[in-house]
Amino acid sequence: MNITVAGVKKEAADGLTVAQLIEQENVETPQYVTVTINDEFIESGAFDSTVIKDGDSVEFLYFMGGGR
Amino acid sequence: MAFTNDQLERYSRHIILKEVGAKGQKKLLNAKVLIIGAGGLGAPAAMYLAAAGIGTIGIADADEVDLSNLQRQIIHATKDVGKAKVQSAKETMEAMNPDVKVNTYRTFVTSENIMELIADYDFIIDGTDNFPAKFLINDACVMAKKPFSHAGIIRFKGQLMTYVPGQGPCYRCVFKEPPPKDAVPTCKQAGVIGAMGGVIGSLQAMEAIKYILGVGDLLTGYLLTYDALKMEFRKVKLPAETKNCAVCGEHPTITELIDYEQAECDGVHL
Repeated sequence: MNITVAGVKKEAADGLTVAQLIEQENVETPQYVTVTINDEFIESGAFDSTVIKDGDSVEFLYFMGGGR
Repeated sequence: MAFTNDQLERYSRHIILKEVGAKGQKKLLNAKVLIIGAGGLGAPAAMYLAAAGIGTIGIADADEVDLSNLQRQIIHATKDVGKAKVQSAKETMEAMNPDVKVNTYRTFVTSENIMELIADYDFIIDGTDNFPAKFLINDACVMAKKPFSHAGIIRFKGQLMTYVPGQGPCYRCVFKEPPPKDAVPTCKQAGVIGAMGGVIGSLQAMEAIKYILGVGDLLTGYLLTYDALKMEFRKVKLPAETKNCAVCGEHPTITELIDYEQAECDGVHL
């Protein structure tokens, strides 16, 4: 299937879960990342059970604490 | 209030813009913006807002200027090392533009003082460096119905979003609660390229100016991310759904401000 991850189109295996994608993408501090699929939040408790579908657009939003 | 000849000349490049004009410049001169944190983000934001003629600028920071600040905090100079950051910032802004009244607050923001601090201001800029302060600013602005610009910077990356009451998600909609202390690296631990504060802090100033002028599209409902190494800006759409948010949602569970445990950056607390 074809999905978009952080704006980049990719091929991905059918049945891929959000948790698996987080691992594949080497997401930094994965336990604190916010995930959206098609502009909807995915609860962190549902990363294992949420299956990504063909055409989905996934975004990872990261904590960024610096500023001073 | 009529413009003086000096003001007409000083703001001529603004006044000639159809989106600003004399009317818009007057709005800027009558506006009040509070900057929390006189550092990497707050320094450039404060300087552009002062130059633009924002009539009242509040600046809050409890700290003193340190030599390690000067690589990015361009409102302070070598001679200011050891001076209160708010004082140094005030002197720079007043030297840039005598039209600006600068209010200084030499304090940490806490649940005790933030509502009073933000009360008099039209727009708030979050230039802090830690999650407890960022969540506190968000929650206070939601509760007080104040628009604000959130931003964060680290290494070669930065991001920002704008909250306007009733016009999209708040910071807590996106990031539910602060990560545990030291779970996510700080600038002190990870470093930050100095110009990043210039890029992102200037964008925060731009959002404040657009909000005051009432022109263009604000960064509400989006998170703008900047990766300097890839030289890539991305405007990531945020979910429009905010009703389940613990602070800005339909049934908020957070109704009082929270002082989370302070994570540290530069060994200070703001």
